[in-house]
Amino acid sequence: MPAVQETIDRVKAIDVDQYKYGFVTDIDSERGAKGLSEETVRFLSAKKNEPEWMTEWRLDALRRFKQMEEPDWARVSYPKIDFDALYYWASPKSVEGPKSLDEVDPELLATYEKLGIPLREQEILAGVEPKNRVAVDAVFDSVSVVTTFKEELKKAGVIFCSISEALREYPDLVKKYLGSVVPVTDNYYATLNSAVFSDGSFVYVPEGVRCPMELSTYFRINEQNTGQFERTLIIAEKGAYVSYLEGCTAPQRDENQLHAAVVELVALDDAEIKYSTVQNWFPGDKEGKGGIYNFVTKRGDCRGKNSKISWTQVETGSAITWKYPSCILRGENSRGEFYSIAVANGYQQIDSGTKMIHLGKNSSSRIISKGISAGKSQNTYRGLVSAHRKASNARNFTQCDSLLIGQDCGAHTVPYIESKNASAQFEHEATTSKISDDQMFYCLQRGLTEEEAVALIVNGFVKDVIQQLPMEFAVEAQKLISISLEGSVG
Amino acid sequence: MNASVPIKHTQAESDLIDRFEAAKGVLTGSVAVTALREAAVSQIRDKGLPHRRVEEYKYTDLRAFMKSAAPLAAAADESAVKTVLGSQDAFEGLERFRIVVANGTFVPGLSDIEALAGEGVIVTSLTDELACAHGAQLLASPKSAANDGILALNTAFVQGGVVVTVKEGAEISRPVELVHVAASAGAQVSRSKISVAKGAKLRLLETFVGETGDGESNTVFDYDVADTASLVATRLIVGQSDAARLFTSIATVGAQAEFKSLGFIAGPRFIRNQQFINFAGENSNAGIYGVTMARDEDLADQTLIVDHAVAHCNSREFFKTVLDGRAKGVYQGRINVAQHAQKTDGEMMTQALLLSEDAEMANKPELEIFADDVICAHGATSGQIDEDLLFYLRARGIPEDEARTLLVLAFLAEAIEEYGEDDVTEGLEARVRDWLAGH
Repeated sequence: MPAVQETIDRVKAIDVDQYKYGFVTDIDSERGAKGLSEETVRFLSAKKNEPEWMTEWRLDALRRFKQMEEPDWARVSYPKIDFDALYYWASPKSVEGPKSLDEVDPELLATYEKLGIPLREQEILAGVEPKNRVAVDAVFDSVSVVTTFKEELKKAGVIFCSISEALREYPDLVKKYLGSVVPVTDNYYATLNSAVFSDGSFVYVPEGVRCPMELSTYFRINEQNTGQFERTLIIAEKGAYVSYLEGCTAPQRDENQLHAAVVELVALDDAEIKYSTVQNWFPGDKEGKGGIYNFVTKRGDCRGKNSKISWTQVETGSAITWKYPSCILRGENSRGEFYSIAVANGYQQIDSGTKMIHLGKNSSSRIISKGISAGKSQNTYRGLVSAHRKASNARNFTQCDSLLIGQDCGAHTVPYIESKNASAQFEHEATTSKISDDQMFYCLQRGLTEEEAVALIVNGFVKDVIQQLPMEFAVEAQKLISISLEGSVG
Repeated sequence: MNASVPIKHTQAESDLIDRFEAAKGVLTGSVAVTALREAAVSQIRDKGLPHRRVEEYKYTDLRAFMKSAAPLAAAADESAVKTVLGSQDAFEGLERFRIVVANGTFVPGLSDIEALAGEGVIVTSLTDELACAHGAQLLASPKSAANDGILALNTAFVQGGVVVTVKEGAEISRPVELVHVAASAGAQVSRSKISVAKGAKLRLLETFVGETGDGESNTVFDYDVADTASLVATRLIVGQSDAARLFTSIATVGAQAEFKSLGFIAGPRFIRNQQFINFAGENSNAGIYGVTMARDEDLADQTLIVDHAVAHCNSREFFKTVLDGRAKGVYQGRINVAQHAQKTDGEMMTQALLLSEDAEMANKPELEIFADDVICAHGATSGQIDEDLLFYLRARGIPEDEARTLLVLAFLAEAIEEYGEDDVTEGLEARVRDWLAGH
């Protein structure tokens, strides 16, 4: 199977000591719009030829943002962000209208190759092994450079394009759904995103269509001092199905960079959305210097009956991760799932979890969270499960396990479980422990090195979640976890 | 930085500030104690009563609940205390020693001081101790409860209480009941310090009788369990009352010591029972148990922080809640494990049974762990009576009401049985039945 070979190659390519994605692609890029002001927003909006209502929408968000206070309840600490020192627009200069891959700056393609996005290979593969095709919408800094497989998706009726393009081509769809799951003023960073979001992906799967391939996006922050404000909107109409993969890498930089994305998912009757993330942004160096701030709002709305949204995430990167992919279970019999692996090493800080808000009858949810702390990191699971009065027979099962490696790290669990309906049945369990001496002894005794043993045990610990990942990601994710934990023992 | 914007006081907050001014003559103590009282009342003035925006009070909004604050209860008349005591006895038939605190102050005349002295237990009045040089130490707050609003309310208004010291090695032959009597209406604010010296063993019963009217009751217990000592504290809060009932336990547990407590709550309109347990010595055990019943519009809050500050300690927390009507149950429990507290074993479980459509339960079991060689776990469940179980019982000829009662009893009994102390808890089943019958 060529896809498997390709995955193996990709994994091999990842296997280096240092952070592999720590390179800066040296191509001309256009930067503009430093500072957070109305001019910046207008400039951004004009650059992207957005309709008038969009500009107003952004300006409204900006005005509201100026009145908001930065939240401080999360268990993360970082120096205050100076929003006026950030650039809100960075775009590779060669972007204007690439008709095909040939027209794209070769340096850029080289970057993707280093990232392991086999654009060309995928094209070739397409004819051979249709099952493993992946459509890639690559986001390089702020502009979606090239979208492959667009035509074929179009045939199925699936719209998969950058959100800027969607604003031009399908304004009505965007207008209908944008901000309907994560309102403009939902939270501090979501409001910021609403004002200055630069680009992102837009997916629309029409009624009854099962998206013929996995959709994928690679985010990559390249230019120094730019905030990356992605906006993703996925809509699955009645009976539709789509699986979306998101992978993130960023090059090594000294200064902290902000990533404040918003992801909105809408699932109507009988629709299903599967959203998988592998996040491997630069976590900072050994002294805890640098690294990405990953402050993301992700929320799915199970609007229709029997709809289903599933979040799977593997978080190994970022200096600070602060996000709670959530599900609003509005429809009857709707289902939300959250599978997460969060690995923190070095000086990484993670405050992540999920919210399952049960509004509809017979809605059910499942949360499996595996947190691993090593080095001097802090890893917090924070989650909410709530059943409202009308959510009869709501069901939730939550399991969050933490594994501690080393004595300087911390693992914390902060679940909120609120039941306002007697027939709602909630179960929650959490454990925290270290790798047992018996397990280590067993592995060492069979000739594994200490690091290999830890990697093996950890991979066993996270197996439940890995199984939820699409195959292409699963192997890579396992490898990533091993790499992330390098240097944590011995 | 945090220039405090003056808050708009609620009626209750204004009442409290006025009450403090009015009661200055009664609220005695050393200079340091007075300073603590002033600081506490300033906290209320600046921040107000704890409300839902304060994370620890997210589900228990005391500010919204307290519409007004009644004056402090006046000193109790001994004969009135006797009447109340005679009318209610939570542990009827149980052989025990008694210490009486009425309307917030110690009543030596009705307490078994001499018998207790013979067993090695010294009982003195907190009011007297507060006047001494070391008085302020008796009002110390634990680190995990710094700036706690309920504790501040207690410090500001504490009328009295007892200081109980169990001598080294003393094993008290019978349980000691610390009974709090409301002999007349009005707010009752007391604090008691219980010190169990090395190797000593004490079984304490904490009971509350009488009506406080619209006055809140605020009771603090500060336990000091020395190395190799043992303290078992059973708290029984039953009966209806409309005003807020606020309880705080502070426990410091020495090395190779044992601390066990049960908070049994049935009936109050608004109750918060908060506990701060701190392990100060290694190889100790703590078992914290809770049984809560609430109905109608009741709010019952069991809050708990267990600080594993040292290595090799075990703690077990087990809480059961039964809710009916529109009642709201709250459980907030946190296990903290400090960085050097290796080999900690902590296990927390909270389970809620909702008997009606409109009951609500909020569970927040937390783990905060900084040491790697630990085993900590928590679990939380909420749900309704299992129809299959009900069917099973009914199929065997048990009427539905009785079947439900049996299932509720069985549910709560799990925690009570694990707590043990059979002689003390044998009457609790009757209390559960009383509550289920609506008394």
